[in-house]
Amino acid sequence: MPVLTYREALRHAMAEEMLRDPNVMVMGEEVAQFNGAYKVTEGLLEKFGPKRVVDTPISEAGFVGLGIGASMLGIRPVVELMFWSFYSVCFDQILNNAANVRYMSGGLIHCPIVIRGPANGGTNVGATHSHTPEAICAAHPGVKVVCPATAYDAKGLLKSAIRDNDPVLFMENTLLYGDKGEIPEEEYLIPLGLADVKRVGTDLTIVAHGRAVLSALAAAQQLQQEHDISVEVVDLRSIRPLDEDTVLASVRKTHRVLLVDENKPFCGVGAQLAYMIQEKAFDDLDAPIKRVSSIDAPAIYSPPLEAEQLPNPQRILNAAIEVLK
Amino acid sequence: MSKKPSPPTEKNEKGAAESGYGRTPVNAELSAAQKVGLYRMMLRIRRFEERSLRAYQAKKIGGFLHLYVGQEAVAVGCCSLMTPHDHVITAYRDHGHALAVGMDMKSLMAELYGKVTGCSKGKGGSMHFFDPERNYWGGHGIVGGQVPLGTGLAYALKYKGIKGACLTFMGDGAVNQGAVHEAYNLAALWQLPVVFVIENNGYSMGTSQARSSAGELSKRAEAYGMDWAVCDGHDLYEVRSAVDRLLKLARDQSKPSLLEIRTYRYRGHSVSDPDTTYRRKSEIEEYRRTKDPIQVFHDLLLAEGVLTAETAAKIDEEARAEADESANFAEASPYPTSESITQDVYWEEDNPSEKKSRGRIFFE
Repeated sequence: MPVLTYREALRHAMAEEMLRDPNVMVMGEEVAQFNGAYKVTEGLLEKFGPKRVVDTPISEAGFVGLGIGASMLGIRPVVELMFWSFYSVCFDQILNNAANVRYMSGGLIHCPIVIRGPANGGTNVGATHSHTPEAICAAHPGVKVVCPATAYDAKGLLKSAIRDNDPVLFMENTLLYGDKGEIPEEEYLIPLGLADVKRVGTDLTIVAHGRAVLSALAAAQQLQQEHDISVEVVDLRSIRPLDEDTVLASVRKTHRVLLVDENKPFCGVGAQLAYMIQEKAFDDLDAPIKRVSSIDAPAIYSPPLEAEQLPNPQRILNAAIEVLK
Repeated sequence: MSKKPSPPTEKNEKGAAESGYGRTPVNAELSAAQKVGLYRMMLRIRRFEERSLRAYQAKKIGGFLHLYVGQEAVAVGCCSLMTPHDHVITAYRDHGHALAVGMDMKSLMAELYGKVTGCSKGKGGSMHFFDPERNYWGGHGIVGGQVPLGTGLAYALKYKGIKGACLTFMGDGAVNQGAVHEAYNLAALWQLPVVFVIENNGYSMGTSQARSSAGELSKRAEAYGMDWAVCDGHDLYEVRSAVDRLLKLARDQSKPSLLEIRTYRYRGHSVSDPDTTYRRKSEIEEYRRTKDPIQVFHDLLLAEGVLTAETAAKIDEEARAEADESANFAEASPYPTSESITQDVYWEEDNPSEKKSRGRIFFE
């Protein structure tokens, strides 16, 4: 099976969908001539031409809003935010227009747009460029939010997102762009809202999404080797819709839960999960649910401290041992 | 005084009649019936707005109510020139445009009443009227937020190779929003078929233009290399002449432009605005007396022999009756059901046979 990087998997997803549907087009800052700030769109301009791969000025509210407007008339724009951190300058367009216009029109309009780009800390770029807005975005009915952790998932989920008739906010991770994974030759799609058990275990369930899944897997490996603890790792893959069933099935098997999230703790994805688990699997729990989130401060620049601020394998391991005490 | 980049020749003819613009081709080609139709449309908007105000005062309508009274010639003049591939989007003072594109008055009043028979099933309210079948894309509540959307509609037309334009309306209060300037830049950069229309009624809520905007609103187009013009929004013929040229520029040459239409609203920003702090009553009265767009057009049509006083009275009577009927319809209509609260949020949930995603999409 061919091995591709996460960024190549994303690129292949876009290229396949652009070949399939002439209304699919890509726009964003530096996506065309420059080949993408993170090279995700590399080669697409050459392959599809300037009508379908469009460089925009640095003008997120303008081009995100434009993409939403175009999607109302049947274009299917895949709009790249160089960083999801810049959601704050186009939040009105995303959450008042993309998320609300269907509702406010009584269902007469829909917006088949994908807004994608990296949403992560851990690259020592300071607080302005390290936002992880999946929870704040998913708090708005009308949008879907997806956070792939692997190359395989990135491709299958992006293809589904592009075909989706609702606005999909697709959050990647710059630290994962070079990660490699096996990608089948044949076409595949991964439905939004379907979690994936990335590691089977019996003693503890770790629920995570995005890069936190990989940190959780590293911690799980160490827990197995050094502490003889068997950890199951559930990768949500999609925040909204949310696969509650896979999470609950795992909880009912292991009876102990650790939620890991690179987002800040307050009203984070973990908060929603903890509420859901206590409501639906209260009697299955043998211990209080614990969370590991980013330490609750703006993203710090200092490289060794930022590594500490994010949920790293050591912090996850320590928390797992707490849950199992 | 505003400089117009290319003054329409018809302006030079002005003075012979009350409106020199009546003889411009786009107006000269109108039949008597079409002219009366435009008059009727303006009157229908006014009577609808007045009836909705009464309903609001009777507490039948919630939230905000931004009335279009005084500005009728703008929406009617602009929308009367739409071809099947032209589109419209506007801000929250959206009732006039909705009627001007042909939406049913009953569905609009029912929307104000929050009833299921409303154009948005009672989910949008006054600021959020939509009718995509009539190329009407709202009805948007955030000042300036609709302007990138209108630019995107124009982008879609160009992408698909469709010869059409998007009339993107905003108020004079929107021109200082960043998103508006971003949209101007994109429209000019990519030569999109959009006509940005500033309905300048002189006040962004309670702050006059002089107190909110530096320089001239329409002249800002020059910085983006866009064609621009200013016109009198009290004369429907002039509105049509001005917008006709710019719509053709968009449709035929895919060029964006900015049109500032000077108009006036008789009511406060919304009906909850007591309208006592930022302008004088005499100013409003002066506009009503000398520049009322319906009266101006009425007098023109009378002079042309197209309209008689009797016909005008009959049209008014019918417009009032239609407005009353719309209120009766709204009153008699049911509210949406509780189940409908979570409908029309996601296309996929509303089309279960085509649903591909899994998992929980609504939360408790």
